[in-house]
Amino acid sequence: MAASAESLAIAKTDEQRARRDGFADRTFRRIVASAGIFVLITLAGVALTTLWGGREAFATFGFKFLVSSEWDTVGKQFGALAPVYGTLVTAAIALLIAVPISFGIALYLTEIAPNWLRTPVGSAIELLAGIPSIIYGMWGLFVFVPIMGRYVIPWLNDHVGNWPIIGALFRGPPLGLGMLTAGIVLAIMVIPFISSVMREVFLTVPTRLKESAYALGSTTWEVAWDIVLPYTRTAVIGGVFLGLGRALGETMAVTFVLGNVHRLSLSLLEPGNSIAATIANEFAEADSEIFRSSLIALAFLLFVVTFIVLAIAKLMLRQMEKREGKA
Amino acid sequence: MNTQPAQTDSRIEADKRAAFADRLYFRRRIYNGIGLIFATASTGFGLFWLAWILWTTFYTGISALNGKLFTMMTPPPGDEGGLLNAFAGSAMICLLAILIGAPIGIAAGTYLAEYAKKSRLGEAIRFFNDILLSAPSIVLGMFVYTVVVKQVGHYSAFSGSLALALIVLPVVVRTTDEMLKLVPSAMREAGLSLGVPQWKVTMQVLYRAALPGIVTGVLLALARISGETAPLLFTAFDNQFWSTNVGQPMASIPVVIYKFAMSADAGWKSLAWAGALIVTLFVLALSLLSRAILLRNKVSND
Repeated sequence: MAASAESLAIAKTDEQRARRDGFADRTFRRIVASAGIFVLITLAGVALTTLWGGREAFATFGFKFLVSSEWDTVGKQFGALAPVYGTLVTAAIALLIAVPISFGIALYLTEIAPNWLRTPVGSAIELLAGIPSIIYGMWGLFVFVPIMGRYVIPWLNDHVGNWPIIGALFRGPPLGLGMLTAGIVLAIMVIPFISSVMREVFLTVPTRLKESAYALGSTTWEVAWDIVLPYTRTAVIGGVFLGLGRALGETMAVTFVLGNVHRLSLSLLEPGNSIAATIANEFAEADSEIFRSSLIALAFLLFVVTFIVLAIAKLMLRQMEKREGKA
Repeated sequence: MNTQPAQTDSRIEADKRAAFADRLYFRRRIYNGIGLIFATASTGFGLFWLAWILWTTFYTGISALNGKLFTMMTPPPGDEGGLLNAFAGSAMICLLAILIGAPIGIAAGTYLAEYAKKSRLGEAIRFFNDILLSAPSIVLGMFVYTVVVKQVGHYSAFSGSLALALIVLPVVVRTTDEMLKLVPSAMREAGLSLGVPQWKVTMQVLYRAALPGIVTGVLLALARISGETAPLLFTAFDNQFWSTNVGQPMASIPVVIYKFAMSADAGWKSLAWAGALIVTLFVLALSLLSRAILLRNKVSND
């Protein structure tokens, strides 16, 4: 009689505990799930609030906001063309330099360098990504800009400036500030991102593929160009887009060396502007609602463009991962 | 009689072919040589900029270092001073950002690794998290400006922390997710088979096993935000004086560097370089430390 009452009591506490545990489990699950969903909400929130904040600019200027290069803070006329152009051009220069260099670095670190050198050199290149962008900006403004202005730009003026067609890109005052300088600084900043993606995916190429090519008499370059690169093509393009996303949104370094001038000019040696630099430079001085709204609208444009670029990057990298998983 | 010229013909043919092959192999060797030199030079190119930037920062920064840096407040132009309020402000803003961002990040990472490994929602979160990871920080600052600063009506250190927490979040989510996935499932099964509820298994077994990795993620996030300038420009803003009130504008090292470096005042510029040196040292030390933790952990797991 007593024993069964005891076991009944035990069963009861067991049941209570099970219920308590079940409740705790569900609560825990709910907490972590809502944290996960918070990530989604954040991203959606960024897009929606910047669109909302920029509504006044979009409503006032309409489509003209995208195609006008006028930026008159007194007359309250704002057009995004100059900063958008500057953003695209500096990012393009950065990629033109960074992509081949990153390929070279990845090739060196996976095929050429002796084994003991690979980790230290690879880590050193990745350190470039760790340096805060404001340091790049200061270094760019105080060290690199004078060198560009004194040596590189006069040389470009004399030697490349008179070439047909592309000559116009390289004619300009020896200020040192400008889109070319900003593009070079951006290139240095995105090299670690692109090269580390390339290096990682180059390592996923099956050794038997490479060894077969070597056995047929291929040179190292031929293996890299004809075996490794085609095998990793999608992921390499993904890495390039990742670098592009970084270059488009980079703020401080560009703000220091771009010159902050709202003028469209063909020459890469003229000072210009980018979306991020415009916002950083002018937000504190924005005195009217429409001015502020235009800057927020610029942020929305930047977010949309980087979102698309980064989404493409992710999709391409994922395709490679999937193939890896199947292989 | 007849065979003689045919033989010479074939010999000439063979010679021709050999010469052609020689040319071909020579060309391939040349291409290979150029390619390898290019690859090596690219690496040198990358290291060259690293060395140059670090050299400039150290050389200029060290000559600007002195005791006043850590004992005096940011000066008005032309005056002597230090960066004490900015250091304190940066420390507070970053710490608060970690306190906000890291727990949410760890929870979200746990969800991804433990509850949504293969689900569609999990995949979507992972995808958008990676985008948030590379999203321009200035846009995140703009978001916090519109949502918090504009509603409250003034700049505040807390809004700066919120903006930085949005940068911390994706870094911690990703490392937590990856590190929890590395924990052997035998540990989960052992815990669950003993009747331990899942949340306890996660909290007491998995977190302990993945702790070095999660800490690394938090350190990496701290390294990223301690040099972050853009979002602070219109959230935490700047403050020339000592302040510990997170509801008010607060000085931070990156914003002070930005302001001082852009000025024409020599004293301000030298302070900017000193601040730049300290930030760079701090960030590099953090990334080396996190690398060391990760490396040690990797070795002990094997």
